[in-house]
Amino acid sequence: MLSYVLRRLAIAVPTLLLLIILSFLLMHAAPGGPFTQEHELPPAVLDNLNAKYGLDQPLWQQMASYVWGIVAHFDFGPSFVYKDRTVNEIIAQGFPVTLTYGLLAFMVAALAGIALGVIAAVKHNSWLDYLAVGISIGAQVLPNFVMAPILILVFTLWLGWLPGGGWEGGQWQYLIMPVIALSTSFLASIARITRSSMLEVLNANHIRTARAKGLPERQVILRHALKPALLPVISYLGPTFVVMITGSVVVDVIFSTGGIGKAFVDSALNRDYAVMLGVTILVGALTILFNLIVDILYAWIDPKIRL
Amino acid sequence: MADFPLNPKQPATAAMAERVVNVKGRSLWADARHRFLRNKAALAALIGLIIISAFALFGDYLAVWSNEELDFNVMGMIAEEGGPSFANGHYFGTDDLGRDLYARTVQGTRISLMVGIVGSAIAVVVGTLWGAVAGFLGGRIDAVMMRSVDILMSVPYMFVLILLLVMFDRSITMLFLGIGLISWLDMSRIVRGQTLSLKHKEFIEAAMAIGVSTPIIIRRHIVPNLLGVVMVYATLLVPNMILIESFISFLGLGVQEPLTSLGALIAEGTKTMNYGTLWQLAFPLFFFVMTIFCFFFIGDGLRDALDPKDR
Repeated sequence: MLSYVLRRLAIAVPTLLLLIILSFLLMHAAPGGPFTQEHELPPAVLDNLNAKYGLDQPLWQQMASYVWGIVAHFDFGPSFVYKDRTVNEIIAQGFPVTLTYGLLAFMVAALAGIALGVIAAVKHNSWLDYLAVGISIGAQVLPNFVMAPILILVFTLWLGWLPGGGWEGGQWQYLIMPVIALSTSFLASIARITRSSMLEVLNANHIRTARAKGLPERQVILRHALKPALLPVISYLGPTFVVMITGSVVVDVIFSTGGIGKAFVDSALNRDYAVMLGVTILVGALTILFNLIVDILYAWIDPKIRL
Repeated sequence: MADFPLNPKQPATAAMAERVVNVKGRSLWADARHRFLRNKAALAALIGLIIISAFALFGDYLAVWSNEELDFNVMGMIAEEGGPSFANGHYFGTDDLGRDLYARTVQGTRISLMVGIVGSAIAVVVGTLWGAVAGFLGGRIDAVMMRSVDILMSVPYMFVLILLLVMFDRSITMLFLGIGLISWLDMSRIVRGQTLSLKHKEFIEAAMAIGVSTPIIIRRHIVPNLLGVVMVYATLLVPNMILIESFISFLGLGVQEPLTSLGALIAEGTKTMNYGTLWQLAFPLFFFVMTIFCFFFIGDGLRDALDPKDR
């Protein structure tokens, strides 16, 4: 098991480095510098600015210090637009928010999705099954940026039950709609995957044996059927987490929650490359981390993978 | 007495012989078409998609207003006057600037469909070749090719796509390019898996034995056998590409004015729904949801139709 983890790590670390280097090079390949403005700056000012941000050094040196800053000090450098703020500060402000509603949405999607899928499979071809399948098909065409406005329309404008946006330190009223908007389509996908893999497992021989032994149905389903049935679900969870972080961009824009997605969109519109790069690399690191966790979880459940 | 031939299957007359010759074997594709057309949901989705495509392609001919004209009669009182009406030619109402929503929905649907189909087409060409070559050659080349797919997959593509759009230019070409860059990854994995299972079939061995060169084996024997799987995934990829494009356009980073897409229209509808102009959200949303639904059901139907296990 340990050697498997090490082998995955040996792939994950270079991937991350490559991501950092490639995004850095991409930033430098972009036409126009960070100080390109409508009014051309005097050359002396430009030189000073370049010296301040280290842009007068040769490219490889800039890259080395950027990569070293991230790896050694977790430092993404200064923002190119806000003179008094570093990328770290901007990320530190938004990240806890994103993480709070992101993890909540992830948990809701995973738990409710698996529960819905298992119920649908156990009550195969009953009205519960049809309801679950119907929900999962319907939710598939409602991505977060469609779901969120509809939620606001119904719960804020028509019913007036929930605030239409804001964060207020993460009080529950402000959390409900972002979490629902973010989790619905994943809940649906997870339910669909769980249902089909559960249906397959329930027809397997070891389930028949378990039933023949006279085990209570509860135990057959929870202990003997669920574990193998969850394998495809787990491999889906890794990418899901990342797509959810991506979805946080929309949630931040619509619900004004002020998470990291807001920082990203703002920097995209301001052409603040340093912040964009920082957020991209952070999300990339999370992606790689989550894929690693999923791989390890997978190997733990299914010993065949470890080979 | 009776001069029946010994073999009862042997045609006795020329006419009978002709009839036997004319009995056609059913190919995989004829079979698949038969099964697809029996699937009611898929058939309905196909008809729906044809209607939507016709709307996107020919809807302009019915429009009274162009998508850039401002209607000064309704300007300033969109909520009261700008609603859907046949009298003033705004079938779907107007947007908050007084532009005809019908013309804009036609254009948005056209661009969204185009993005979906181009993205999926790139995925088919690049992904199929990449996966087929990796799977067929195997060994170290396979390892390197698939490892690079793994690495690209762990890139947060939506963020990188936005990065690309911001740094270079926010044009539709860049959008196509960016979507094309990421769309083929899944396809290449699926195709590789399929190729691995095809590789050891007898007809491939036979082709190798008579000295057919590797590129020709891949092109003539591997790729045609992958078509079924590729077709299913290409169909399912179209809605995903539309979703990605809509997501980016929703943020205002994708297609730029005066061009529009369904995502951009939905974004506009969202921003104005407080003002009692719900039609601005409803019409684009309807076409968006219907398009995605149709592609999903067609893809599902194709999968059922082409899956030989089902026979």
